[in-house]
Amino acid sequence: MGEKFLMKGNEVIAEAALRAGCRFYFGYPITPQTEIAHYLAKKMPEVGGTFLQAESETAAINMVYGAASAGVRVMTSSSSPGISLKQEGISFIACAELPAVIVNIVRCGPGLGGILPAQCDYFQAVKGGGHGDYKMVVLAPYSIQELYELTVDAFNISDKYRTITMIMGEGILGQMMETVEFKDVENNIHIEKPWATTGTGMKREKNIITSIYIKPEVLEEHNRKLQAKYKEIEKNEIRVESYNCEDADVIVAAFGTVARIISNVIPMAQKEGIKVGLIRPISLWPFPVKEFEKYAHVPKAFLTVELNAGQMLEDVRLAVNGKKPVHFHGRMGGMIPDEAEILEEIKKITRS
Amino acid sequence: MIEKVIISGFGGQGVLSAGRILAYCGMLENRSVSCLPSYGPEMRGGTANCHVIVSDKAIGSPVLNNATSLIVMNNPSLEKFEKVVETGGLIIMDSSLVNNIPNRDDISLYSIPATKTAFDMGNITFANIILLGKLISATGIVLKENFEKALYKILPEKKHNLIPQEMEALEYGFNYSAE
Repeated sequence: MGEKFLMKGNEVIAEAALRAGCRFYFGYPITPQTEIAHYLAKKMPEVGGTFLQAESETAAINMVYGAASAGVRVMTSSSSPGISLKQEGISFIACAELPAVIVNIVRCGPGLGGILPAQCDYFQAVKGGGHGDYKMVVLAPYSIQELYELTVDAFNISDKYRTITMIMGEGILGQMMETVEFKDVENNIHIEKPWATTGTGMKREKNIITSIYIKPEVLEEHNRKLQAKYKEIEKNEIRVESYNCEDADVIVAAFGTVARIISNVIPMAQKEGIKVGLIRPISLWPFPVKEFEKYAHVPKAFLTVELNAGQMLEDVRLAVNGKKPVHFHGRMGGMIPDEAEILEEIKKITRS
Repeated sequence: MIEKVIISGFGGQGVLSAGRILAYCGMLENRSVSCLPSYGPEMRGGTANCHVIVSDKAIGSPVLNNATSLIVMNNPSLEKFEKVVETGGLIIMDSSLVNNIPNRDDISLYSIPATKTAFDMGNITFANIILLGKLISATGIVLKENFEKALYKILPEKKHNLIPQEMEALEYGFNYSAE
């Protein structure tokens, strides 16, 4: 590890992308993630890369489609309404099996909404905001250091499985500054891309990248191939962290910056004689089902805390599978629950 | 130790710069630090602010619902944040611009004519540094020596000639005591 830096989350995403060998960025400005574009507008030309501010989010995602087809490491970033505009392109890229990294620094919806922190795009990210049976890997960091490490990782995962990897964070994660320590050398996995459309040089058959399959037999076969790939990702790419779960009275499930609030609640609850555990899914898809199965018999109940109306809640309930009650506490519109409020929810559960 | 500081004022008064320098000093002392600037609608109406945490332990939420110290550079900021200061905490205010008095008797109050002093010193933008000087002497949140190091790291080279003056401003705030 090298020197320590004090950096904003958005700048760290941009720096991580450069370190991961990303040399193409296409985007369109929107708060609270615009610093990603600022940083890359300045730095991308210095490393011989391409920064392009597209005319719209739709254009940007289709530029990603094009660059990914040529086999280069490429990224786009936006925030909730902008990510909605990209959904058609995301579905096409998923069908065409192209590696790409997409960042969503989430704001609060629905609609144009507000710019304060939220997690209301969980469903859109993990259940498929675009059409068709596709999945993308969704990673939810909770600190600036993790934001850096996961962004670099995202490019490796994308190349390895020819998939989209999304980095999803709340507005505060993009805006806050924390210490980050960069590695001297990144673990950039080099994967050959014989499928890329880089010109035949009159030496091979031409590569075709498409998302249209007119014959039903062929399309079904392609879908089966996609599903097999998703199974493989589910097997290999689960990321989760649990803390204090053995003999916990209540296990809280939370991701992103909410998990940080829970880590403050744990010692507060301890003082009142309540043992609180935390399961923090880092990969939201693939979801860490086994981690919940592992601890399902332990607590009196689970509590899911989110900055939305209850989205990850559904996945937690599926994973706990009726073995214990799963309660929910959520705030919306950019409001953030404080520690006392969450502790009160926990006490309600232990009292009941 | 954990120090939770809110710095608030109008946009352009160096609220965010102050937060960033403070967090940077904490980092130089190998502490966990976070600095969360306001970026939302709360900035409208003169309460541009940032939340800074300097701690010996890993930092939980970067959002402060209460603070151990508050630096305010205008009246709306005092009104908005005085109630979140913990009992025994402190409020440092720029008395050149803040003429309201906090309605608290369980905190320490430091009232410094920072903007006027900075203006007299020849650079009005050092008001934030004067206030940080008081914060450092009153809380020991970071070491004064590291402040200078942080300035050399954070400021672009063309502004390094200002650093001796900034350290004078810091010194003024550090030693300030009300008559």
